[in-house]
Amino acid sequence: MTVWRIVFKSLRQHALSTLITAFSVALAGGLLMSVWSIQAQSEATFTGVNAGFDAVLGARGSQLQLVLNAIFNLEASPGNLAWSDFLDIQKNPDVELAVPIAVGDNYRGYRIVGTTLDLFKKAEYAPGRRFALQPGGNWFDPLRREAVVGDFVARKMSLKLGDTFHPFHGLIFNEKDQHSETYVVVGVLKPSNTPADRVIWIPLEGIQKMSGHDPALATEVSAVLVKLKADSPLAGFQMDLMYNRQGNRLTFAWPIATVMAELFDKIGWFNRVLALVSYLVAIVATASILAGIYNSMNERRREIAILRTLGARRGTLFSCILLEAASISTLGMLAGFVVYGIIFTVAAGIIRAQTGVVLDPFKFNPVMLWAPAVLIVLGALAGIVPAVKAYRTDIARNLAPIS
Amino acid sequence: MPLLAISQLVKSFIAPDGSEHTVINVKQFTLDDKAHVALQGESGSGKTTFLHLIAGILKPDSGSITIAGQAMSALGEPQRDRLRAMTIGYIFQTFNLLQGYTCLENVLLGMSFGAGMDKAFAETLLERVGLSDRLKHYPRQLSIGQQQRVAVARALANRPKLVLADEPTGNLDPRNARKSVTLIREACRENGAALLLVSHDRETLSQFEKTREFELINRGSSEEANL
Repeated sequence: MTVWRIVFKSLRQHALSTLITAFSVALAGGLLMSVWSIQAQSEATFTGVNAGFDAVLGARGSQLQLVLNAIFNLEASPGNLAWSDFLDIQKNPDVELAVPIAVGDNYRGYRIVGTTLDLFKKAEYAPGRRFALQPGGNWFDPLRREAVVGDFVARKMSLKLGDTFHPFHGLIFNEKDQHSETYVVVGVLKPSNTPADRVIWIPLEGIQKMSGHDPALATEVSAVLVKLKADSPLAGFQMDLMYNRQGNRLTFAWPIATVMAELFDKIGWFNRVLALVSYLVAIVATASILAGIYNSMNERRREIAILRTLGARRGTLFSCILLEAASISTLGMLAGFVVYGIIFTVAAGIIRAQTGVVLDPFKFNPVMLWAPAVLIVLGALAGIVPAVKAYRTDIARNLAPIS
Repeated sequence: MPLLAISQLVKSFIAPDGSEHTVINVKQFTLDDKAHVALQGESGSGKTTFLHLIAGILKPDSGSITIAGQAMSALGEPQRDRLRAMTIGYIFQTFNLLQGYTCLENVLLGMSFGAGMDKAFAETLLERVGLSDRLKHYPRQLSIGQQQRVAVARALANRPKLVLADEPTGNLDPRNARKSVTLIREACRENGAALLLVSHDRETLSQFEKTREFELINRGSSEEANL
């Protein structure tokens, strides 16, 4: 009780120094936890998102680009493939579902994707979950200029049922490239927390026959999303062999998770740099605890001498300083969760806006246990040097004046 | 048996020039239970060192100090700390109150290393020294005289058998110095504590029935030392 009272008093007496030091620990802890959590969740989410498909068939090129374009609605399409290629794979007995998509237009920066209703009615974007419409909406009629809008786009662009819009040519918004066609919003998707939320979906033919598009492309698609039959375990290998090894015209990106994992392998160095930065911040925070307490030891020497005169043991004062250091880092770590929440929320907002993928700041990651534990222990260890100084304080020399 | 018995006590320090300087050389000194004694000595004569040795704050080079039947030299440091907390109250010239603690907390903290915190007794002590309305005041909010009264209350917090007072009136004006010595003596008497006060101030010393020259004791005169 006495030890805690002394620690509390000391923290209060050095409130400014305590707050500044705790803040540096909070930054370190928050940064460490957010870097770790965002990295882990991003990797798990991006490699886990497949829109309910096993593979993507597209023009010859990078598998990663194909997946980013077809599944995440990012990047440009590596090229088109013929309608007959779609029909071929659709007829393959190992294929359960094949859905063609066509890209090439946007609405004020949000991608417009042409597809068939199979994407909404047959595909499950997550096990047991199909895309659904918000009340009052309908799926688009494949023969009309109608659109189903992703939840995120609807909110950002304030699009609602009955609204009309003109698509813009290309994937990057340019006001001068407006198409003359007018589309009507007939449905808004319920949030799926997938990249589909930030897309405007229209009938496949809409993209293929949009005014200004090359008429030669009217029978082509950008990619085909492929779901393999569950009872054909070798189908993926066979198609990989057929399209990627034996053929030279198309690319079969399979399995999607492995393709995405390559992306994280490629940017692994960036995560390591971020982790290194957070380690350095943690070391700086620990050093600031040491410096903060150590620098205050001169002014505390008399107080320590008085406490010793009152009967406090050396060990008691040693413990007080260690506990003080640990308390500062504990306070810092409590605030660190707030810092974590802020960093994560901002980063998750950016990731959602860019990809439609939703990260959850409340999802548990082991870093939330080990980072606070490590920082608190480091903080306590930082208290050892000043604690030794307290332990060795000469009472008589610090009880001025001497008569 | 006396409360405090000192024999052949020697303490030396190494001067900056490397020479050894013997500050304390007390052949014999005793203080009876509940006795009030003042030691007169000039500044720098070693009075504080003498009190530090008695309190176990400093270790002697040789000799023995026995307080309430316990020989200091036979005790390890933790036991000396315990003996100091339980048996000795210390009043400093500069009071040495802890600035971050209220009056009441200063007294309670004094108790916490000894017999344990007794809030009622701490309040009684502060009331006795006239500070019942200043319990939650911090030292900086008190006058010098009031701070010294807190120091007196703290020194008595563990019901010590011996109170050591080192120039307790050094920072007070003559009127307050007189009142302060009276208060210290009354408080010690009421709590059954012996008092060993050192001072160079003749006015302070004049309030004691028994006053001794510290230099004579420190020279090793046994006649001067038995009090």
